[in-house]
Amino acid sequence: MADNETDGGEIEIDDHSGVETTGHEWDGIKELNNPLPRWWLIVFYICVIWAVGYWVMMPAWPGITGYTKGLRNHSERQNVAAQITQLEEARAEATQQLVAAPSMEAIESDPALNQFALAAGASLFGDNCATCHGAGGQGFKGYPNLNDDAWIWGGALEDINKTITVGRRSTHPETTNTMMLAYGRQGILSRKQINDLTEYVLSLSGQTHDAAAAIRGAQEFAAQCTACHGADGTGNHALGAPNLSDAIWLYGGDRATIHETLWDGRGGVMPSWEARLSEAEIVALSVYVHSLGGGE
Amino acid sequence: MAPASPTTVGGGTGEASVERIDVEAVNSPAKRTLYKAREPIHPKRVHGKYRRLKWAIMALTLGVYYALPWLRWPRGVNEPNQAILIDFAGSRFYFFSIEIWPDELYYVTGLLILAALGLFLATALFGRIWCGYTCPQTVWTDLYIAVERWVEGDRNKRIKLASQPWTTDKVIKKISKHTLWILIGMATGGAWIFYFHDAPTIAAQFFKGQAPFSAYFYFALLTATTYVFAGSMREQICTYICPWPRIQAALTDADTLEVTYKSDRGEPRGAHKKGDSWEGRGDCVSCRACVAACPMGIDIRDGAQLECINCALCIDACDDIMARVGRPASLIGYDTDVNMVRRKAGMAQKYNFIRSRTILYSVAFVLVAAIMSWALITRATVNLHVIRDRTPPYVMLSDGSVRNAFTVKIINRGNIERHFQLDVDGPDETGVSVVGESVDGRSLELAVADDAIRSIRLFVTLPREAISAPSIPITIKVRDIRTGEEAATSTVFLSQGR
Repeated sequence: MADNETDGGEIEIDDHSGVETTGHEWDGIKELNNPLPRWWLIVFYICVIWAVGYWVMMPAWPGITGYTKGLRNHSERQNVAAQITQLEEARAEATQQLVAAPSMEAIESDPALNQFALAAGASLFGDNCATCHGAGGQGFKGYPNLNDDAWIWGGALEDINKTITVGRRSTHPETTNTMMLAYGRQGILSRKQINDLTEYVLSLSGQTHDAAAAIRGAQEFAAQCTACHGADGTGNHALGAPNLSDAIWLYGGDRATIHETLWDGRGGVMPSWEARLSEAEIVALSVYVHSLGGGE
Repeated sequence: MAPASPTTVGGGTGEASVERIDVEAVNSPAKRTLYKAREPIHPKRVHGKYRRLKWAIMALTLGVYYALPWLRWPRGVNEPNQAILIDFAGSRFYFFSIEIWPDELYYVTGLLILAALGLFLATALFGRIWCGYTCPQTVWTDLYIAVERWVEGDRNKRIKLASQPWTTDKVIKKISKHTLWILIGMATGGAWIFYFHDAPTIAAQFFKGQAPFSAYFYFALLTATTYVFAGSMREQICTYICPWPRIQAALTDADTLEVTYKSDRGEPRGAHKKGDSWEGRGDCVSCRACVAACPMGIDIRDGAQLECINCALCIDACDDIMARVGRPASLIGYDTDVNMVRRKAGMAQKYNFIRSRTILYSVAFVLVAAIMSWALITRATVNLHVIRDRTPPYVMLSDGSVRNAFTVKIINRGNIERHFQLDVDGPDETGVSVVGESVDGRSLELAVADDAIRSIRLFVTLPREAISAPSIPITIKVRDIRTGEEAATSTVFLSQGR
């Protein structure tokens, strides 16, 4: 397939350089048919040979149901799995100690083990918890701040561990399902009663309120709320009833938000992590979360 | 100054006791082209004071290199007892009584600055004495040439061997030489790894095949570089690869002592017959002993040149000839450009070592050395790093007070476990707590293991009424209970403000 042959079959030679042309011509400019540099050709042939060897040794060609495996039986997936196993083996001793520790308090008082738990916990927190609770556990409206000293379900190590393991209002059989009722929407209380109750709740945390309405609200509080929030409104960890007398509010402590909470009810969900995280991982997470705010 | 042509040299009409050598400088300007294959250089053996000095320096530098890792230095339990150890795994650098952490690398920077300034000063005074006597390339090449001479004989025998066909004798000699070279290379690569691991341990592991991959890798690399650089590349490293020859030209001046052919005394050169008068001619008898001795393959009589490493072997070669023809020694010797000019003008020689540049280098050297020594003497053995929480920067607590959380790292650079008292200085109402520790007021005692960092989470709380501004300065400090050594960090207490 010689393009550069003229009709007579002769190869045209460029006068100036003495090199044969390809026969291609653009506006009088002819393309010279210089050979490829030898080093380039050598590299090219080496690459061709390498490629053939690579097909034989390594996974290469896709098929209908699979692919050619290659003689080396190489698999990145296997390598990653092996590396993870290796990592787990390297951490096995410390991980085992986390589970075997007599209590999580004992982990905290062992500097080396505590350091391991905090490092593992920080990484797990970033992967699993930060989406809702924030990168530093600072929380958002409806998602508790884990740095402060207010704990809806208890801030002791055991409480935190339980919250992570079985979740709260989750699908886990052992979870706690108590929730704040929608007093307004469900028609349990009238609008006026809810207005009075709002004033009373404001008074519990020492905020400005309508004193007369609060006195009326106190009666409703005693009737409807003390079962969970306690007579003085300080809450109950076992039922997940928040302390209404402190400065911390999960959804907001202003008049409008308290009213909204009373009208519509609340029931934030913490999923159960038992199926996704190992026992040791949950222990590490508990120690980490406990360290964020000092816990209880 | 073109080299004398071969015809004026040969002939055999010259001084009976002086052998004339048919050799030309490899960098002769007449032969220069843009590309040229290397011409093999076969340096001839010389005897003399500089050769003896070079043997002594070779023994010293190689001795230090090979033996230093084996020097022990007791540091106590849990610490390596190797005097010089670059411990990558433990991220420590041990140098006798000094132990450097990775964050103290500026000590190494200071050491390199000192080395550079010292090199500048030495070069300004004595030219390329680093290149000529102590550069590893020079030392190992010199050793390899000595081995080559021992196996194959001196210059003439080596030239003959190179041109003769492959006989059994030649094969044996070549194999012996390369085997010895590789063995020296292996010793070099082997000694290198001892600087990075405990020498006796890694030596045992190395031969049992249990040493880490990096040990074998660097052993192989240093073996290969030693063998290639000193065996076959030799002067090409200095001429083509090393930047120092280019830089050093800027550091020398007309008062610098350099290996010099004293042309005022040597010219006009030419063959000299025994009994002929020395009147009206120079002392150079054109024997080219200086060229034959040169490991760089150059002609020192062409004047100062980039290729010349100032190894001084031509001085010995020429002194030997001068003694035989009955002329004074040191036709080639350490000399300055100034003196060459002064002698030509009939003036007395004058050496000027105290010059602006030598003063500048000396002052800079002393200054850096003083700063380094001061830094080393006052080096803290306890450091405190305080990292504040950023998400969230502060937290409101249930009683309305505000809390800031800090990660506090106490770095104990000492070799024993130490007990520190941690204090937080701030407004009177400041409350302090630490996860997993009990706090007495605003201070607590913490044990930090030897040569380790302890990290704690510290909470600082202020009641609402004590908060006067969104940012209140506080100070966190630690004090060694036994020695009283302190470290403090100033930070701020953040809040929403009043």
